[in-house]
Amino acid sequence: MTTAERAGAAATVATPVLAVRDLSVSFPTETGNVSAVDGVSLDLAPGEIVGMVGESGCGKSVTAMSIAGLLPGSARISGSVRLNGTELVGTREAALRRVRGKEIAYIFQEPMTSLNPVLTVGRQIGEVLQVHERMSRRAARARAVELLTLVGIPSAAKRVDNYPHQLSGGMRQRVMIAMAVACGPKVLVADEPTTALDVTVQAGILQVLRDLRDRLGTSILVITHDLGVIADIADRVVVMYAGRVVERAAVTDLFAHPYHRYTAGLLSASPTPGRHAGTDRLQEIPGLVPVLSVQPDVCTFADRCPAADGRCRESAPPLEVVAAGSTDHLAACWHPCPSPRSDVEEAHR
Amino acid sequence: MARYLLTRAWQSALTLLLSTIVVFFGVRALPGDPALALAGEDRSPEALEAIRRHYGLDQPLPVQFAQYVERMVQGDFGVSIRTGTPVSSMLTTALPVTVELSVLAILLATALGVGAGVLAAVRRGRPAEWVANGMALIGLSVPHFWLGLLAILYLSVATGLFPASGFVPILEDPVDNLHHIVLPAVILGTGLAAIIMRQTRSAMLDSLSSDYVRTAKAKGLRPRAVITQHALRNSLIVVVTVVGLQLGGLISGAVVTEQIFGLPGFGKMTIDAVFQRDYPVIQAVVLLTATAYIVINFLVDLLYSVIDPRIRVTGDPA
Repeated sequence: MTTAERAGAAATVATPVLAVRDLSVSFPTETGNVSAVDGVSLDLAPGEIVGMVGESGCGKSVTAMSIAGLLPGSARISGSVRLNGTELVGTREAALRRVRGKEIAYIFQEPMTSLNPVLTVGRQIGEVLQVHERMSRRAARARAVELLTLVGIPSAAKRVDNYPHQLSGGMRQRVMIAMAVACGPKVLVADEPTTALDVTVQAGILQVLRDLRDRLGTSILVITHDLGVIADIADRVVVMYAGRVVERAAVTDLFAHPYHRYTAGLLSASPTPGRHAGTDRLQEIPGLVPVLSVQPDVCTFADRCPAADGRCRESAPPLEVVAAGSTDHLAACWHPCPSPRSDVEEAHR
Repeated sequence: MARYLLTRAWQSALTLLLSTIVVFFGVRALPGDPALALAGEDRSPEALEAIRRHYGLDQPLPVQFAQYVERMVQGDFGVSIRTGTPVSSMLTTALPVTVELSVLAILLATALGVGAGVLAAVRRGRPAEWVANGMALIGLSVPHFWLGLLAILYLSVATGLFPASGFVPILEDPVDNLHHIVLPAVILGTGLAAIIMRQTRSAMLDSLSSDYVRTAKAKGLRPRAVITQHALRNSLIVVVTVVGLQLGGLISGAVVTEQIFGLPGFGKMTIDAVFQRDYPVIQAVVLLTATAYIVINFLVDLLYSVIDPRIRVTGDPA
């Protein structure tokens, strides 16, 4: 699928499998409340890959974990997460357990620590099937071999009895994926699936995810700080900053024309062949993502933004359609980038 | 595996030899003379000389040692200087008592310690944890001889629930045997249970916040499965280490406990032997204890590899 086709597919959004509306999460700490996610909304259409991008601490992972209620009990969650129309926020643990691993499955960043070191990979994959599909241990093991083959692990019949430490990083992540897709989930949440891996291995993992989407029609939410991963795999992108969605667009639109100043900054901070080859240096966004006790009614990016003025520090910009032509491109910025990215870079200099 | 076992056997043999030497010369370096203890009122030089000659105590130490090792290798532990009975027959009556007491104490301590440790970790910050922590604190800080005395006072003398002392061999009457030994075993196990509880709790807290437990939850497993199959399985390695390390303490604890409850075990035998400078008995007891320690440590090492595949001695490396 070319990027243009992908953008087209994304534009004709069917009924979403997963609909997140106005999701907010905060954690009480000793020094007061910490707001991690503030009013996040996003849709995941069947067979769609949505990328969620942002710096460390911007609330990506908390959003991901809150989808299937995996946050610790201290987390205060409001808003709505609907899976095929069924509300998940506030649902009983027992009901959520039937959703986890079966309807919504997860892949995590560190495949070494995310797999149990003392159980064979076959056992860990089989466990999901035993719980959700009521399979016998023997049948689950046989299915585990098939799944390992599906995610591209050679001599799966032998590997199934291996322990995680006997596998390479890429293989372990493939095991995680096999485990995640064992019950054919509708939604796969991949939290930094390639961050801990070599670049060459990353490409393989992303290919496996794409294959699964194409073959099984799984909708995938990919969380990453790596715009390269987004460009490679996602149909649509959600850009997060300090717990809020600041921009949402089809991947081609976003890369062609970022509206939010933060998105523009992110793009300028990642290398593009040719553009930065000479004397041009990568642009850094000054400052850090703020830790917020209460989400203020201002633009939280204002302190790091080159275009910020009084208005940005007085009221928060709403997430709105940026151009009349593209209803699918939204940004929350009082002073969106006027035209293609080169101008923004000028502004930074 | 064969190579590993061979190395282990060689190391064990060396340890045993060293402990033999240390004990042999150590007990003789103690002030006191078995001949004096044995002679009683009649301390004429002739009588003492006769006793020394009879037990070979008049020989130079290296010669005594050589004779001792020679006999020991043949399985002959000698004759008790005090009672005149062969040490081996003393061991056959005393050893089962101590083994039963220790094994039961370990089993009880492990069951209680692991159970309470898991509970304290899972119910962190709630009353169950406070209770478990409080019990562990008591178990660690109260000397078990005092606990033993209290138990005798309240559970034996006052209520008559358990016999205050004595022992019935397990083959004679298993029920009565258990009735006699369960209270001492509980008392002996309290310290160990407290240590196991503390270690299990902290290991479980680590495991419960680990990534693989998050994965297990994300798979939709029940809390019970997450705790037992994922978190506890990984915590057991710590527990096994602790149990292994504490066995030395358990053996010395058994000496005291047997004394309090009047159990005719190893501990009582050791104390009597030390007071009477009964060299052959002390030597045999220490050697046996050292052997037990080595064997148990070896078993613990083997158990590691059963629990944790990463340190499995053999196996396909990739």
